[in-house]
Parts: sequence; C-alpha cells; structure tokens
Amino acid sequence: MTNDVLLQFSDITMQFGGVTALSEVTIDIHRGEILGLIGPNGAGKTTCFNVMTGVYKPTKGTVRFDGQDIVPLKRYEITLAGIARTFQNIRLFGNMTALENVMVGADARKASSVGGALLRTPRQRAEDKESRDRAMELLTFMGIADRAGDAARNLPYGYQRRLEIARALGTEPKLLCLDEPAAGFNPAEKQELNELILKIREQGYTVLLIEHDMSVVMNVSDRVAVLDFGRKIAEGLPADVRANPDVIAAYLGVPDAS
Amino acid sequence: MNPVVRSLRQVGASLAGAKAGLASRWNAMGPTQRLSAYVLGVLALYLAPWWTEIPLLGSIVDTPGTQFTTVLSDRVIIFVLVALGLNVVVGLAGLLDLGYVGFYAVGAYTTAILTSSHASLPWLLALPVSIAVSMVFGVILGAPTLRLRGDYLAIVTLGFGEIIRLSAKNAEWLGGSRGINDIKHPPSIGPLKFGVVDPKPYYWLGLTMVFAVMFLLHRLENSRVGRAWVAIREDEDAAELMGVDTFRFKLWAFAIGAAVGGLAGVQYAGKVGFINPDNFPLLLSILFLAAVVLGGSGNMHGAILGGILVSYLPERLRNFQDKRVFVFGVALVLVMVFRPEGLLPKKVGTRKAVAAPGEGGAQ
Amino acid sequence: MRDWLLYRTFWDLTITGLALGSIYSLVALGYTLVYGVLRLINFAHSEIFMVGTFGALMASQEFLGIPMLEDGGYPYRTGFMLLVFLVFILLCAMVFSGLGAVALERVAYKSLRGNGDLFGAVVLAFLTGFVVSMVFVDDTLANVIVAAILTAPITMGYMSLFRRGKQSPRLAFLISAIGASTAIAEAMAIWGPEKREQYQTPRILEKDVLFSFLGADVRVDNVIVIVGALLMMVALTLFVNKSRLGRGVRAVAQDAETARILGVNVDMIILVTFALGGVMAGGAAMLFTLVYEQSRFNIGFILGVKSFTAAVLGGIGNLKGALLGGLVLGLVENYASAVFGGQWKDVVAFVVLLVVLMFRPTGLLGESLGRARV
Repeated sequence: MTNDVLLQFSDITMQFGGVTALSEVTIDIHRGEILGLIGPNGAGKTTCFNVMTGVYKPTKGTVRFDGQDIVPLKRYEITLAGIARTFQNIRLFGNMTALENVMVGADARKASSVGGALLRTPRQRAEDKESRDRAMELLTFMGIADRAGDAARNLPYGYQRRLEIARALGTEPKLLCLDEPAAGFNPAEKQELNELILKIREQGYTVLLIEHDMSVVMNVSDRVAVLDFGRKIAEGLPADVRANPDVIAAYLGVPDAS
Repeated sequence: MNPVVRSLRQVGASLAGAKAGLASRWNAMGPTQRLSAYVLGVLALYLAPWWTEIPLLGSIVDTPGTQFTTVLSDRVIIFVLVALGLNVVVGLAGLLDLGYVGFYAVGAYTTAILTSSHASLPWLLALPVSIAVSMVFGVILGAPTLRLRGDYLAIVTLGFGEIIRLSAKNAEWLGGSRGINDIKHPPSIGPLKFGVVDPKPYYWLGLTMVFAVMFLLHRLENSRVGRAWVAIREDEDAAELMGVDTFRFKLWAFAIGAAVGGLAGVQYAGKVGFINPDNFPLLLSILFLAAVVLGGSGNMHGAILGGILVSYLPERLRNFQDKRVFVFGVALVLVMVFRPEGLLPKKVGTRKAVAAPGEGGAQ
Repeated sequence: MRDWLLYRTFWDLTITGLALGSIYSLVALGYTLVYGVLRLINFAHSEIFMVGTFGALMASQEFLGIPMLEDGGYPYRTGFMLLVFLVFILLCAMVFSGLGAVALERVAYKSLRGNGDLFGAVVLAFLTGFVVSMVFVDDTLANVIVAAILTAPITMGYMSLFRRGKQSPRLAFLISAIGASTAIAEAMAIWGPEKREQYQTPRILEKDVLFSFLGADVRVDNVIVIVGALLMMVALTLFVNKSRLGRGVRAVAQDAETARILGVNVDMIILVTFALGGVMAGGAAMLFTLVYEQSRFNIGFILGVKSFTAAVLGGIGNLKGALLGGLVLGLVENYASAVFGGQWKDVVAFVVLLVVLMFRPTGLLGESLGRARV
C-alpha cells in the first residue's frame, strides 16, 4: 500500500439553510486502502458522500481527486473522473435487467452515440460487446450472474445490494464508495460481504466504506474516520479508534461520572 | 366467485394460453419458418386495403362513412408514426411531453412551405429538410426546458404546442387560419401514382416509413443510447451518478422524437395536400399521449397498438356519432384502472440476456 | 406600435386583468393542492370547474327562477337580497364542484393508488355496462337500464380485479385523468339540454360602474370577483394552516408515508384535498358566470390549461404561488392582447411562463412543498 493520496477532502463545511451538516471536515483517502467512515445516525456520513460525488456543492472547502478539483464538475463528470458509489436505500434501475444495469455503468466510458447506434458501426458494435462482456464479468465476480436476465426489481434483496456494487464497478472507478452496503444483512451475509470488499480491493480499487455496523468496518478497514455532529472526532487504525474515548462517548453516550 | 369474474378470468386464461401456445410454436420454428412467418405478416399488412374484401373480416374491420384505406392512410399510419416517436420521449426517456403535436405541425408546415407557392421544391427534397427542421425545433425546445423537473416540462411543452399552432394561425406567410394548400404529393414511382384519388400508395409509403422507423428505433433502443434513456426514466439522479450525461441524452430523446413526429407531419401534408392550424389542436397532443400510454408506454409494439386503437376505433365506431369520444374517455379510465401499464406492457427480464456472450455463471 | 392604446386603457386592462386573474387563481389552487399532496396533475380539474358553472346556472335559473335578459324585465336584486342570491348561487356551484371533485378522486384515482373501493367499483361498473350496451343499442334509456342491471355483477368483478396495494405509474394517473376529463365534458355535450351549444347564464345584478379609478371604470361585477376570490383564498389559507384537517393536508403533502405512520388517515386527507380544490373551482365558476354570463361543455379546457400554467408560474404546490401566478397571468394576457392583439395573448402567456421557468425553475415563489432529493 502506498501513501499516495487519491482523494483529498479538505475543510469541508456544508450548510442547508441554517443547519450545518458538516463543519470543517478533512479526510484523506489513500490509493489502494479501505477507509471506513463511521458515526452515529445523523453524523453527516451520507452528506460527506454526497459532497464527494457531486450531489451537493459544499458551502466551503475543496475536494481534490487525483490532483483535480472536482467541486465544479457535473455529477457525471465526477463519475468519469473515477468516483463511483452505491446508495444507502437501493436505487437500481428497476425495470432494466441486472445485466443492463451494469451495462449502463460500463457505457459511461464509451463514446459511440446516436449516429453509431443508427448505423451499427463496427466501433459501436465493439463497444456494445465490451460493455456486455464487462457487465457479465462483473456479475460473475459479484456472484449474481445466474440472475443476469432478470429485472432488477425482481431480484432478492442481497442480489440487489451486490448489483449496486457491480453497477458502480462498471464505471471503472478509482474510488468505490459504498453507502451502508451491509444494511439489512444477517451475520453470514455480512461475512460474505466482508470477503467481497477485500476481494474488490485486491483488484486494485480504493474503497470508502460508510457503515453503521462496527463489525464490518473494523474487520475490513485499513483505517477508520469517525464523524459526530458533522465533525471529525477521530481517525486512525481500527484498534486505536475503537479505544478512543471520544468515539466511545459518541457511540454509547457520555458515560456517567463513575 | 361471481360469474363475471369467472368469465373474465377464463377469457384471461384462454388468452394467456393462446399466447403461450403461439410463443411455444414460435420457439419451435426454425429460422426459415420464422422468416416466412415474418414475410407473410408484412405482406398481410401491405395488403390491408383489401381486407374489406374478405368475407367475415371485411365486415368487422370496415369503417362506415370513410373508405377503409383512407382511414389507414390518413389516420392510422400517422398515429402509429407519432406514437413511435412519442414513445421514445415518454416511454423510454420518461419525459412527459404534452405538446408533441408541435413537432408534427412543424414537419407538416415545413413541407407545406417548401413545396407550395413559397419555394415549389419537390416533396422528396422537402422530406429530409422537414425532418431536420423538426429536430432543430426539438433541440430549441429541449435545451432550455430539459433542466426543468418532469411536471414543469409537461406544461412547458404544452405551451410550446400551442405557440406553434397560434403562430401558424396568426402569421400571414404561413397562410393564417386558411392554412396552405397546393402541397406537393410524393413523386410517382412507375405504376405507383401519388394522386388525389387513390389512398393506397400513401398507405404503402407510410407503412414503409413505419417499418424504417421501427428498424432504426430498435437499433437505438438496444444500444448505449437506449440504455441511457431507460436509466434516466427509472432514476435520473442515479443515472447521472453512473456517468450518464443525462442532459445530452434527454436532448437526443427530444430531437429523435421530434424527427419522427416531423416525419409523420410530412407524410400527412403530402397526402392531404392542404393544411391549416386547426389540424393541430392541443387535443391531438393529448390523444397522442393517450395512444402511447394506452398501448404500453416504453414498448414499441404497445405504442403501435395504442396508435392503431386511438386512430381506428373512433372511425369504426362512427355509428355512435357524437358519443364515441365519451366512450373513449371511459375506456381510458377503465384501462388505466385495471391495466395501468397499458395493454401491451414492456416485459423486462427475458431469458435471452443470459444467453449473451458471457462466460460464467449463466445456465 | 399600439402602445398609446395600452397607455389610454392601462387601468381598464388592469381591473379586468385582475378579475380574470382571480378566477385563474381560484382554479389554480385546485391544481396546486392536489399536486402538493399527490404529485399528480389533476387534468380533470378543468371539468370540475365546468360542472361548477352549470351548478351556478342551475341555481340561478332553476332554483331561483331568474329570467334571461330577453325574457323582458330586469328584476335585479339589490342590497341584502342580492347578497343572499349571490351566496346561494355560490354555494350551489361549490357543492356541484366539490362533489364532482370527490367523485372524480374515488372513481378515477383512488383505485390507481391501490385502494379501489366499492364506490369506485360501482361507478366504473355502471359506466362499463352503459358503454358496452351503447355498442348494441342507440337509446340512452335502454342503455341506462342495461347498465343498471349489469352494475351489480360487474361491481363484484371489479372489486376482485382491483390491484390492491399496488401504486400505479404516474403516467397512468395522468391518462386516467385525461380520460375522466374527456368523459365528463362529453357527457355534458351529449346529455346536456343544449348539447354542444353555448349556454347563457342569467344576469342577476345590474353591472353598474361603481367608481372611476384613474380614468378606468370599475364595474361592480369585477369588484365582486376580485373581492370574492380574495375572501375565498383567505378562508382556504386559514383552513389549511389552522384547522386539524388542514394540518393533515400539510403533513401528507410533506411526506405521505410518515404521515401515515403517525396515524394520519391519508385517504381521508386526499379526499379533503380534492374537495377543497373542487370548492375553490366552484367559487371560480360562479364568479366566472357572473362576469361572462356563459358556459359550455368545453369551457373548462382552455381555462384549466391557463390555470395550471398559473399554478406552475407561481410555484406549484404553493398556495400563495397560485394566487400570484393567476394574477400575473391575467394581467399579462390583458396587456398583451392590447399591445399585440388578442390573437397573440396565449402565445405571450406561454412565453412568459417559459422565461420565468428558465430563470426560476420552480416558479415565482418556489415550491413550498418541494423536497430536495439526493
């Protein structure tokens, strides 16, 4: 693992009306690592995500990705720059097949458009085949290829969660952001997910993991950052963070003076 | 269970059974057999003007008051073309367009201007120009408005359709409310004479256009463009976060929809020879939309079915005189209550995709 | 340029524009309320307005026996009696429109929300029997009898065919609305006494010039329209903001799911919303007949389109927006017809809408209920 910074999230403040959701949060994500972002409900984790992926423009602060300021970019341009995400409440394209869902992601890096499609140019056909093959590969990688031809809305819950990851990987990201991927999973499924995340990292992706569930975060993350009330209260190795009194207080409430 | 439900269920079941039977027979056919089935089907469609001669079928399909072929050439073909185009905008990309008649009018008027007293160009030259002009109008309308959210788009497009009609009505060089006559007909090819008397050649020309449009739209639908459209329809925000340049693809949907709508206008103008603003009322936009959704929004074949029903049934039911529109309204409500996805909804999730050139997992 | 004309008649145009705008505003409220709660363009709202004009017509002609102009004599009421008459006609129009809106909701929309009920099934069943028998017999009485006999069995069928608990796609609502709108207007055209002809509504008060304002003659009917519309809007705003049901309406508008969990009877609130919109449309209809003294089966269509435009112009889902949008639209139309000629007024109205939306994508006042989505 290198210490090369992939995403630099500096001094981000995010206000909605009078409410401050994030205040001066600074997080660095290093190339090739799995960074866990944790915090109690409403701590600002998803807001962080939304700033990184361009859904919100920050009130203050800069986001540099791979040396480029991405704040002024449009959402799809940020995706093309190399950040892909999943959603806390699954947002698949319900009336497309699983395969097509991933192909939409894979299409992001293709250039052929209306003209190519109308004429079925060799290039368009080649790109289409590439997207299809890549999508099938990813479905296989995620272990859901057996339902490739089913409408996404008809897939079982666990498949849908994996399909979201496959779709995000389809865009060939450098950074994969997972928003509570273990939500609604039982312990066995969580275990499988852990292995999957590690496997994804082995493929060379950098992973940002937002998770509520400590067991997932602590088991797979190389480093962990903790948010509380829109502020970063700790950052470091999982073991250190776990022992940090501020973190314990945030999660368990301030202990009694005993 | 009461008898009505039972009989409805039975009808449903037997229809489903027939469908399954057809499907299995279809699957059992070899490629040559399939090809010949296609050819026979297409041939039957081209021979539609003679359907009225067939003993039983004839009395069922024939339209009172208007010649059957004229209904086909002046209404059915036009509505089918329009439904195909609008299906791209509404059915695939999910953009609610209540002013589609505007593009149809632009196509018709461009042809009218180019081939009548103003320029006197041949119809064949006016065809591509009119399509291009319609596309430009699609972009002109789309560029400022496609950033608006869905329902705002509906009212803005509705306004656009009205602006086009009222402008035509009030601009002297567009003929005002008298409209434009002496529009040229398509050139005759050998024995195919595009004149005033015989509607058959127009029907054949229109049917050929329908097949061409279907062919091209099918290509688009099964490409990156079509996937982007459907992704936008399903969840625009998610699509953008998956790297889809949503604005660009929405604009394309508008432009292509407009082009097909314009084509329908060209065909209409070339057939009837004269147009005026009253041919393009707001109500027509609503009928077009009803056709697409009634048939099955998002499914090309559904849109075609809807186009046929909405244009043909009122002619077939002419005996009702002025009651047919009422019947149409009630039918729309009933279909939406019991089949909200339309009569022929898009089937998602076929086994076909698994047979794709993937290596792993699929069986 | 004809701007000298505009200058000379500016205040005249302003007064009549405000009167027309008030009517737009009242109808726009119905669109905005329903949109706020259901995210649905209630396309058939225009027909609710049309029904209201016939409610007003019936009240003045049948119930009150006010004669038409040409029947000789001008038995105008004045003072207290006039007020009683006006209020009675207003109430009749409101009842017609309100009931119409509620029926519309239960027949054409409720089942699409996965909540089809007996009332909807009965009406749909009757209509089915009616329409089917029309294919065979061209005699309305026979159709009614056949439909009445078939209603019971078909109702039972429909009750079991309703797609319970399944929310239909949004387009289906819109098409159902379009269907309902067409059916209501056509029913009036087929079975109304004057068929497709225009109806004249009797004049109930002498349209005196009340006073002059900057050279403009302010007629009493225009004043009644503007004041009446404002009063109705104030009443509606108070109801929505202060009453328990009004709170429910706001809660459902903000987040129907949460409201349901918190024990709000969402179906009931939706019905109330439609009723409120209907009552406002009825008020608009009464004021409309007061000024224009006419109605027709298709009178709602264009007025509905305009009012929906007004709602969007002001910011749909926003009650104040409906008021502002309606007034702006009424004024713009009046000024535009003076400057460019009457045939261009609709074009100008839509262009104004386009320009406003380009710079303020959620209308002049924004959507009060608009939710930021991720």
